[in-house]
Amino acid sequence: MIERRKLAKWLVVLVALHGLIACAGFFAPYDPVEQDRQLPYARPMKLHLIDTQGRVHMRPFFYPLRMREGSFDQYDEDIARAMSLKLFAEGPRYRLLGLLPCRLHLFGAAGARICLLGTDGYGRDQLSRILYGGQVSLLAGLLGAGITLSLGLGIGAAAGYFGGWRDEVLMRLTEPFLALPWLYMLLGLRAFLPLAVSPLEAFFLIVMVIGAVGWARPARLVRGVVLSAKERDFVRAARGFGAPHRYLLWRHVLPETSSVLLTQAAILIPQYVLAEMTLSFLGLGVPEPLASWGNLLANLQQYSVLTSYWWMYLPALAIVPFFLGYLGLASALQEWADPFKVGRGT
Amino acid sequence: MRSRNASSQQCWMLLNLLLALAVGLAPVVIALAQQPAPHEDLLTLSGEAGRSGGRLVVSLRAEPKTLNPVLATDAPSREVIATMRADLVHINRATQLTEAALAKSVKVSPDGLQYTVTLRQGLRFSDGQPLDADDVLFTFRVYLDESVHSPQRDLLIVGGKPITVHKIDAQTLVFQFATPYGVGERVFDGLAILPRHLLEKPYQDGKLAQIGTLSTPANQWAGLGPFRLKEYVAGQRLILERNPYYWKTDTKGHRLPYLDELVFLFVPSSDAQVLRFQSGEADVISGLGAENFSVLSRQRRGYTMVDAGPGLEYNFLFFNLNDLDGKTAPEVARKQKWFREVKFRQAVSAAVDREAIVRLVYQGRGAALWGPVTPGNRRWVDAKVVHQPRSLDKARQLLREAGFTWTSGASGDSALIDAEGRPVEFSIVTSSSNADRTKMSTLIQDDLKQLGMRVQVVPLEFRSLIDRVMQTKEYDACVLGLVSFDADPNSDINVWLSNGGTHLWNPSQTHPATQWEGEIDRLMEEQLTATSYEQRKKLYDRVQEILAVFQPMIFLASPDILVGAKNTIGNFHPAVLEPYVLWNVEQLYLRNGAGNSGR
Repeated sequence: MIERRKLAKWLVVLVALHGLIACAGFFAPYDPVEQDRQLPYARPMKLHLIDTQGRVHMRPFFYPLRMREGSFDQYDEDIARAMSLKLFAEGPRYRLLGLLPCRLHLFGAAGARICLLGTDGYGRDQLSRILYGGQVSLLAGLLGAGITLSLGLGIGAAAGYFGGWRDEVLMRLTEPFLALPWLYMLLGLRAFLPLAVSPLEAFFLIVMVIGAVGWARPARLVRGVVLSAKERDFVRAARGFGAPHRYLLWRHVLPETSSVLLTQAAILIPQYVLAEMTLSFLGLGVPEPLASWGNLLANLQQYSVLTSYWWMYLPALAIVPFFLGYLGLASALQEWADPFKVGRGT
Repeated sequence: MRSRNASSQQCWMLLNLLLALAVGLAPVVIALAQQPAPHEDLLTLSGEAGRSGGRLVVSLRAEPKTLNPVLATDAPSREVIATMRADLVHINRATQLTEAALAKSVKVSPDGLQYTVTLRQGLRFSDGQPLDADDVLFTFRVYLDESVHSPQRDLLIVGGKPITVHKIDAQTLVFQFATPYGVGERVFDGLAILPRHLLEKPYQDGKLAQIGTLSTPANQWAGLGPFRLKEYVAGQRLILERNPYYWKTDTKGHRLPYLDELVFLFVPSSDAQVLRFQSGEADVISGLGAENFSVLSRQRRGYTMVDAGPGLEYNFLFFNLNDLDGKTAPEVARKQKWFREVKFRQAVSAAVDREAIVRLVYQGRGAALWGPVTPGNRRWVDAKVVHQPRSLDKARQLLREAGFTWTSGASGDSALIDAEGRPVEFSIVTSSSNADRTKMSTLIQDDLKQLGMRVQVVPLEFRSLIDRVMQTKEYDACVLGLVSFDADPNSDINVWLSNGGTHLWNPSQTHPATQWEGEIDRLMEEQLTATSYEQRKKLYDRVQEILAVFQPMIFLASPDILVGAKNTIGNFHPAVLEPYVLWNVEQLYLRNGAGNSGR
């Protein structure tokens, strides 16, 4: 029971985090590609409760930033204009979950932009970009892991179940994929594909590339499970009664692989999010002006950004809770599915 | 070398003074004076007298490919060679005017066809061998030899015929032009005089191309510049030493250069160059981006950062106006209907926020452009070209006149469609290695989105970008930049002539594709042979005005020349012409004596 509770806890954490990203339109105050050319590289704005005269406000407020005369990235707070933060404010149009047209945002301000995590070189709101960027990175990770697991399941099950020369061929095929470092595989594969593509094509290209690289390990694991499962007594019995291959696989063998697949998924998804970030970081992922965690971090390749604007590191922090969540889930799954535990539910 | 009449001489001097004041540099006035030594005709440079000794360390983007001035085409080679060679007449990088160099005087015949050059007496190459008219004869024979493939050869073909050179005596030569040449004596700038005693044999054996590699032994290479070869360490550095026979002195009669050694370090990335400069390993830095410049300015530690003002680089957006046969790129050919529409190009130009480009890309260290001549090129910029402020209303008006309309798209924002109902979508290719241009493209993308155009930015590796633009012509639009090597209009003549190789929007035409391109051709050719500056300026102004109307290139912005040097370096007066810092390398010196620029 403890395992179950642990599992549920991690699942709740992950669902909440993904909900945040999936509803980025609501949580982000601005359109992620909207530029504010008066506010390049603005530092994160502070929320106040006490103003310069020492009065306490009920609602949090902020002072809009004003560029210092003659400078490019130095700002002063305009203390003459205290702007209060509005919860559930009307803002730019977006589609909730990509479907519902909506204008409601968690917070916003009328008359001035509030950038809680600062802005980038085009004056785009960093918080909105991190939230929307998460959509690209996480979706790439989820879809990529989906492709990998389906490939792994298909190939592993075929090799394990049918055995013989088929097993031999398929398993030899996995070896180069296991032996070569995945980053080079990723770059190599990406190099074969066209460079100049539209953002949507680029996204699916990345998903395919990532998905195609990592199938070998899950295939091996699935093969092992299938090998042992097909020799189980109840499978032999079913075979003895003349059940066809399809029935045996579907009904008896593949369900045995579910715990392996789930654990693999929990490990692969963060890995693939990282793979997407790597490709985008190197300029091979989704193009500007779209955000993804990788191309947000790509700004740091410039020495001047690295030394001058600390808030450009924040996208790197954004991935930490997700990775913790997935790793926690993976270990909870492993405990839950431990075959040596007595009284495990199937 | 002297001007041809008194009034224009006064003009020159006044201009000289004004220009020098405008850059904020100490006026650099160069006087021709004879040294008391009877046998050597040295040139005395005015300006702060320095002290001898020490070494200066400079970073280079890449290893130079060659030390041979006849064949060098890459920037690192040219930068190194510029410190090792001398020319007959030299363009002063600060005043942008010509000065006598190896030639003591240049007399121009009244018809403008004959230049009589008298060499300085008693000059020696860096290996001690004397210089005479035979060296100059040999030099021009090599530059003009078609089989040598020198990039400078084209500059010496005037009116379709190569310049001819005759020797009068050991110090005097006559250069004969087929037609009057508007550039005048500027033609001699950058043409290094070669040592005949070293190069004649390899040249006759057809082995000139193999000569002058970096690994050439120091005693087998000589020039007339302030420095000569000392040592080359592959992949790390190139060390040059002082040329003891150099032909310039300071006002105190001290023979230049001041420095004992000049070291070029090979540092591949600009960020790494910044780190080297910050750590004190390199003494000067040039070609900085605005962002790195402000990082260095912020944490100033014993060095001075200088914004020398707009240089000669101009960045622009252009559309594919090539005559496509319909088979190679049917998609592009369809879009060309828009690109060929002058009002479409004018609308794009009106929508581009140039001020934002200067502010966001160059952090304000640059100038917005409406023509190819930057404010840095003070003699040739046309003040009559209108600096149209950004106006989306005007852009919409122009598009409406050209038959475009708008529909409201699915997500609520309006999309621009052409007369046939097709949405206006195109991509801008740009170089992925140039962050500035990628950033410009992203800003333009956002500007044009407000007109309802859907634009994609595609950063490509530089080589494949050039291949697309010049060879396959599979692109819609492109953001590129060019750097004129000289302030004179002739340096960019291949960009403006319709048969020019770098006539980027439609290169190497056999016949001008449009009437206005024909008009530009005519004006450019006319200014080539016009002899007075006023005449040429008038013609070139007209070229700039035609470009501003027809917008084959939508000019964006020009970055300032940003450089820095340690405080210990004297006579540091950066210029906006290449080489920005080392143009007066013979006068650079170390304030507190030798040995302080250790590594």
